[in-house]
Amino acid sequence: MQLFPCPFCGDRDEREFHFAAEAGKSRPDTTGAVSDAEWATYLYAQRNDKGPVREVWVHLTCAELFVLERDSVTMAVLRATPLRQDPA
Amino acid sequence: MTSTYSAFSILREGLRGGRGWRQAWRSPDPKPAYDVILIGAGGHGLATAYYLAKRHGLRNVAVLDKGWLGGGNTGRNTTVIRSNYFYPESVALYDLSVRLYEGLSKELNYNVMFSQRGMLVMAHSEHEMEMAARHTNAMRLNGADAELLEADGVRKRAPLLNFSPQARYPIHGAVWQGRAGTGRHDAVAWGYARAADRLGVDILQNCEVTDLIVEAGRVTGVETTRGRIRAGVVGAAAAGHSSVIAGMAGQRLPLHSYALQAFVSEPLKPVIDTVAFSPAYGTYFSQSDKGGLVIGGGLDRVPSYGQRGNLPMQEAVLSGLIEMAPMLGKVKLLRHWAGIVDVTPDSSPLIGPAGIEGLYINCGWGTGGFKAIPAGGYLFAHLLAEGRHHEISRPFDPDRFAAGRLIDEGAAWGIAH
Ligand SMILES: Cc1cc2nc3c(=O)[nH]c(=O)nc-3n(C[C@H](O)[C@H](O)[C@H](O)COP(=O)(O)OP(=O)(O)OC[C@H]3O[C@@H](n4cnc5c(N)ncnc54)[C@H](O)[C@@H]3O)c2cc1C
Ligand SMILES: [Zn+2]
Repeated sequence: MQLFPCPFCGDRDEREFHFAAEAGKSRPDTTGAVSDAEWATYLYAQRNDKGPVREVWVHLTCAELFVLERDSVTMAVLRATPLRQDPA
Repeated sequence: MTSTYSAFSILREGLRGGRGWRQAWRSPDPKPAYDVILIGAGGHGLATAYYLAKRHGLRNVAVLDKGWLGGGNTGRNTTVIRSNYFYPESVALYDLSVRLYEGLSKELNYNVMFSQRGMLVMAHSEHEMEMAARHTNAMRLNGADAELLEADGVRKRAPLLNFSPQARYPIHGAVWQGRAGTGRHDAVAWGYARAADRLGVDILQNCEVTDLIVEAGRVTGVETTRGRIRAGVVGAAAAGHSSVIAGMAGQRLPLHSYALQAFVSEPLKPVIDTVAFSPAYGTYFSQSDKGGLVIGGGLDRVPSYGQRGNLPMQEAVLSGLIEMAPMLGKVKLLRHWAGIVDVTPDSSPLIGPAGIEGLYINCGWGTGGFKAIPAGGYLFAHLLAEGRHHEISRPFDPDRFAAGRLIDEGAAWGIAH
């Protein structure tokens, strides 16, 4: 059983986590025209990198989204960073 | 030298100590250039090479693999062959494959041991029975064989299953496809390899593609651990590593790579002579000719290139097996392993241009591409040789995502593949 770090709860059982998406995609700006190709790229095209990856994960038990950096070959966890920023 | 397999040649070679057998395929050195280079000597790459040579007369072809041929998912899968899909496009594709499998041992002069022992897809509630009726009707309308069985019919075919009304998921019935079955995975790779080699195709093992050569916006060859090789056109059939190959030419594919696990038990006396699948338990199994139970289930939970399984999915699949057939509770596992599979958003494959001239892909088969090897090879060869789709592969072009014309077999069948 692998443990993953939730930035809020600490190390927890892997079954409590869900991979949500690759990090770093931004939704097309819908105030202008968006082509089918742009939408398709946003929705479907993946880096699917072999090696170090940056992903958005959710810790299901506390429902927080965070960025998990890990190695997709060794499954080693590199870093977990909260997505939420405290108001200044 | 004896090169054709027959009862007579086996007898003759048996009598002279098997010394006259010709090697099944050559191990040539790479040529500087080929008309077609295929990346990946799994079933799809090898079948594509065979049909290029056989049906399209293209023989200046090489199939490259970073390891040994058939050492990827083709040699790691649970060998279920079926065409019980929902949409007409899918049935056209997978049933072409089943039909090609039906004649394959003869066509390749290689026994691929396609055993049409049938497959049960279990329904565990009244509602699932209604969905099962819908699937059965859809399959029949699309020209594939299917029959809706009540619990009694299931019991006749697989009496070892758990028919107790107290079961976690009681069996109400099943969709039966009698033409489905299992094959010998290695033999499919070896048979296509041998037949392609005979037609002049070079199979280059231990030849990893490390980069694609892109000139004037076109892929014109590959860099490999055995040197640079030029190509008229490059076809990638690299399963879980397809994104890595496409990435070499700056292309992104609609794929996630996941580990998929499988398990084999110690050999037992015959206990089941069909394939039993329960979507609710998330487990399926059959029994090999050697007696081992061949057990599979769904994807691991997180995208991965680590070719090994993780424990939660192992537990889910095996506890499902024991609920499905409690008498197997004491059976010991012999081995288990994983392969890296290429999963698309709609659980349908990608056959078509990769987004840059000179590069085509045949991938996205996910957890279900062994059954599709003959059709995948047949259709990909057509595309590479003619430069345009066969009508059966057209709907599976990656352009379906921008067009919004997904073929969502995941939703239709509730299968995580
Ligand atoms: C555990 C498991 C169970 C399965 N069960 C079933 C089943 O019951 N029925 C079914 O229909 N399907 C099943 N599948 C899916 C099926 O195995 C695959 O879809 C199918 O084998 C894919 O064939 P392929 O030729 O495309 O890929 P592969 O056989 O994986 O071949 C791809 C090849 O590409 C090579 N390669 C990758 N990168 C490079 C590179 N850079 N340079 C050179 N070569 C490279 C690899 O070494 C590999 O040999 C299962 C898969 C797994 C893992
Ligand atoms: Zn948490």
